[in-house]
Amino acid sequence: MDILQIIGASMVLIGSLVLLIASIGLHRMPDAYNRIQVGTKASTMSVVFVMIGFIFILPSWFGKFFTIMLFVMLTNPISSNVLMRASHKKGEPLSSKTVIDNLKEDEEKEELNKNNENGTF
Amino acid sequence: MKNFKLKFVLFLILAIFWVLWNNSLKPEVLIAGFIIIIIAVLMFGKSVDIFEGIKLNPKALAFTFWYIIVFVVAMIKSNIDVISRVLNPKLPIKPGIVRIETKLKSKMARLILANSITLTPGTFVVDIKENYLYIHWIEVCCTAQNTENQNKITQEIAGKFENILMKIYE
Amino acid sequence: MNEIAQTILLISAGVMLLALVIIFLRFIIGPTITNRVIAFDTMTVGSLGLIALIAVIEQRQIYLDVNIIYGLLSFIAVVVIGKYIEKSL
Repeated sequence: MDILQIIGASMVLIGSLVLLIASIGLHRMPDAYNRIQVGTKASTMSVVFVMIGFIFILPSWFGKFFTIMLFVMLTNPISSNVLMRASHKKGEPLSSKTVIDNLKEDEEKEELNKNNENGTF
Repeated sequence: MKNFKLKFVLFLILAIFWVLWNNSLKPEVLIAGFIIIIIAVLMFGKSVDIFEGIKLNPKALAFTFWYIIVFVVAMIKSNIDVISRVLNPKLPIKPGIVRIETKLKSKMARLILANSITLTPGTFVVDIKENYLYIHWIEVCCTAQNTENQNKITQEIAGKFENILMKIYE
Repeated sequence: MNEIAQTILLISAGVMLLALVIIFLRFIIGPTITNRVIAFDTMTVGSLGLIALIAVIEQRQIYLDVNIIYGLLSFIAVVVIGKYIEKSL
């Protein structure tokens, strides 16, 4: 039993280190898009590691830890997607390293088509 | 009852989560859960069409397990990738927003695909319009706009997930 | 619980707290509303792990119920802020 507890505790430690790296990444990345990439991935993975570690420590609470893990894996990408779609629409600036932006091109094309249709009248 | 199969899927998912969360199989817990779940299914029965196209057979179940394995491997890879990028002093990124086309029609399959893409290496779904997914990619491989590159990008980002999801839904 | 495991858990609690403080700095600096909400989102999801850790050390299952409601509220908050940015700003 002792060895299982130590394995579990080490997984919790790995999870907390992943969260620490995410926090450093939030400061190093140049724009909001890259920041949310690091933030979403690393924080989800941190929770997954922590919960798997706790399942090793306390197997009788399996259901609760597993539900929290699934819940975070399902909801975290959705919320960040909603946030970034709104921000892109409102013109959140991309960093100068960006090489291509298909979404903006397509939106401008759509806008142009709309204006042309209205202009014929 | 209309949409009986889809409502049954919703019932099954809620029942599994109820048992997992309460962590017990006592009769009183099960009966209370059953009543609450029936009420929930009747209330949200109208919006149950997100499960449209789901298959309930052993083959789909086997592919679901295979999907989970592929996904977990991709997720661990993604984190090693993110960690190496953040800790590298040069910060090797070349970001951009690219467009890929998806063949999936079912809403649930698209939700799972978008979630998986967000949690796998270097990619993040920004917007979905009709059949197109717009993806922020941390290291864009090729910038020229032509069909060949488009196929390559689609294959690299969504290929392995889309093939398996096609077998579970549709 | 055995002593080594408990020590490792306490160390990881410290590491998580440090990470949350660093993320909070981004919340204060954040030039735009989007950056602040990203920091908020990362902070709440990170603290889910910390709350679960306290539940395990104190051996109290009720904290896990608090945990999932906390996660649910943070999810709804981020979605609502997203809708707010999209419609009016």
